[in-house]
Amino acid sequence: MSGILVATQLFNGLSLASIYLLAALGLALSFGLMRVINMAHGELLMLGGYFAWGTLGLVPGPLGILVALPVAFLGSAAVGAVIETTLIRRLSARPLDTLLGTWGVSLILQQAARDLFGAIGVEVRAPDWLSGAWTLGGVTLPSARLFIMLVALAVLGALALLLRRSRLGLLVRAVNQDRMMASACGIDAGRVDLAVFCLGSGIAGMAGVMLALLGPVTPNVGQGYIVPAFLVVVMGGLGSILGTTVAALILGLFLALSQIFVDVSIAQMLMLVFVIVFIQFRPQGVAPARTRALDA
Amino acid sequence: MPDFLQSRGFSRTLPLVLFALAAAIPFGLSDYDTNLVARFLAMGIVALGIVLTWGHGGILSLGQGVFFGLGGYAIAMHIKLADLAEGEIPDFMQWSGRTALPFWWEPFHSPVFALAAALVGPALVAALFAWAVFHRRVSGTYFALITQALALAFATLIISRQDVTGGFNGLTNFTSIFGFLFAGPGMASALYWITLGALALSWLGLRWLLGSRFGTVLRAARDGENRVRFLGYDPVPFKVAAFALAAMLSGLGGALFTLNAGVISPALIGVAPSIEMVVWVAIGGRTSLGGAIFGALAVNLARDAISSSFPEGWLYVMGALFILVVTLFPQGLAGLLSSRSGKRGENPA
Repeated sequence: MSGILVATQLFNGLSLASIYLLAALGLALSFGLMRVINMAHGELLMLGGYFAWGTLGLVPGPLGILVALPVAFLGSAAVGAVIETTLIRRLSARPLDTLLGTWGVSLILQQAARDLFGAIGVEVRAPDWLSGAWTLGGVTLPSARLFIMLVALAVLGALALLLRRSRLGLLVRAVNQDRMMASACGIDAGRVDLAVFCLGSGIAGMAGVMLALLGPVTPNVGQGYIVPAFLVVVMGGLGSILGTTVAALILGLFLALSQIFVDVSIAQMLMLVFVIVFIQFRPQGVAPARTRALDA
Repeated sequence: MPDFLQSRGFSRTLPLVLFALAAAIPFGLSDYDTNLVARFLAMGIVALGIVLTWGHGGILSLGQGVFFGLGGYAIAMHIKLADLAEGEIPDFMQWSGRTALPFWWEPFHSPVFALAAALVGPALVAALFAWAVFHRRVSGTYFALITQALALAFATLIISRQDVTGGFNGLTNFTSIFGFLFAGPGMASALYWITLGALALSWLGLRWLLGSRFGTVLRAARDGENRVRFLGYDPVPFKVAAFALAAMLSGLGGALFTLNAGVISPALIGVAPSIEMVVWVAIGGRTSLGGAIFGALAVNLARDAISSSFPEGWLYVMGALFILVVTLFPQGLAGLLSSRSGKRGENPA
C-alpha cells in the first residue's frame, strides 16, 4: 500500500465529503427544524444537474459554470418551495408519512426527467479551466474536484455566517431551540421552515451542478448520493451544521479510504455497519443539540 | 354505508367467504393467471408483516426487501443446488469462471436448512439490526433512513458479487423443488394453495397476536414510547420482536414468491421495491391486516395492468399513490370503511 494511493484516496474522500455535505446540509437543517426528511432531496440534486446543463447550453464559455451555480440554486429552491408548501407542511406532524409522500414526489420527478431529457442522461462539458489537473508530490488533483471542495467551503462559510449574523439566522436558531416559545414571541415558524427548506433545496441544486462536473446527469443521479447523505444526517445530530460537516467528512473519508482494501460495494456495507456502531456510542450524533426535552 | 357491513357476523364470515373464493381460483383461471395471483398473495404475506411493524409498532422499515430477498435467495440457492448433478456447480458460477462452490453455499444442499434459513435468517438479521438501533433510542425517522441504507447496501452487494450470487440477473432457471418438477402438471395450483395457506395462517396468527397483550403494549409504545417506559415496560424487546417477526413474514413471502415466480433478483429487493411494499399497506390501511392483503393484491394487479400498456406511466401512478394516500387517506381504505365506528387503528382484523 503506497503513500500515493493513500493520499489519492484521502483527496477523493475529501471531494466525496464535499458533495455529501452539500447534499446533507439542507436535509439536516430542515430535520432540525421540522423533524422531517425530504426523500425527494436527491431529485433536487438531479434538477441542479439539469439546470447546469441548460445554463451551459445558453451561456457557453469558460464562466458558464459560475452562472449555473446561482441558476441551480434558485431553480431548486423554487421547486423546494413548491414541495414544502404543498406537501411537507401538511404532513409535518407525521414524520414517517412525510418520508412516504416525498418518496412519491421523487418517483414523479425522476420519471419526468426521464420523459423530458431521456433515460441516458445529458453530458455537461466542464470548461477548460476545470478539466485539467494539478499534481502535488505524485498525486493527481483534478481541478473539478478542487473546485467542488472550494464551493463546499464557500457554501459552508456563507451558511455559518447567515445563521450566526443575520436576522434570519436568529429566527432559525430560535425556532430550532424551542418552536412553541419562538411562536409565542411572534415568530412565524412556518415562514422560517419555508425559508430554511428553500435554502437547503438551493444548496442541493448547487451540489447537482458539482455532480454535473463529475459525470453525465441522469434521471437517477441523485439516488447514488442521497442515501449516504441520509446517513450523514443520522450521524450528524439534529440540525447542527458542525455535526453535519464532521459526519460528511467522516463518511466521505471512510468510504474512500476503505476502498483501498475492498471494492465499493463492500465499502458501502462497511459504511452502514460503521454508522450503526457509531450510534451505539453517540446516539445523538456527532454534535448533539443540548436539550432537556424528553421527546426530542 | 349499510349497517350490515359493520355487523359482527359480517366481519366473521367475510374472511371465510373470501378464503373459499380464493381457494377456488385455480379451477377458474389458467395456470398463468393462477401463478400471477399466487405471487401477489406471497406479497400479501410481506404486507401483513408491515402491518405489524409499521401499523401497530410505528416502526417504518424501508428495507423489507432485504428480508424478502434473504428468504427468496435461501430457497433459490437450495433449488439451484438440488438441480445439479453430483460434483457440478451452478451454471452462473461456471460462466464467472469459478470451479468450486463457496463454502457458505454448502449447507443449502439440505432442504431443511434452506427452509429454516428462509424463515429464521431474516428474523435473526432483523432482530440484531433492530436491537442495535432501538436500544440506543434512535428516532423512527433515523431507523427508516438506516433501513433504506441497508436495502441499498444489500442489493449492491448482490449485484457486485456476480460469481456467487448470480448478480443482476439473480437466481433463475429452476427445474424442481423437493423432487417435484416446476413445469409438472398441477404444480402451479399446488404452489398457489401452499401460498394461500401460508397467507391464511399468517393472517390468523397475527390477528391473535395483535389482539393479545403483546399487541396492546406494541400499540402503546407506538403512541407514547416514554409513557410506556414510565409504566414500567421496556418497549425495546416489543419493538425488536415485532420487527423480527415482520422480517420472518417477509422472508416467508420472499421464499413463496421465488417458488411461484421462478426467479429472485436484486431488482425485486432493492430500495425502490422495498419502499413500494410500504405503499401496499398504506393503501389498504396501515393497521388493518385484511386491508394490507387487499392493498398488496390491488397495487400489484394495477401495476400488471398499467405497466403492460403504459410502461412509463406506472411510476407517475405510483408516485401519485404515495402522495395521495398519506395526505388524504392516512388510514387507507380500511379507514374509509370503518370511519363510522369512529375507532381508529384499534381493529386488527
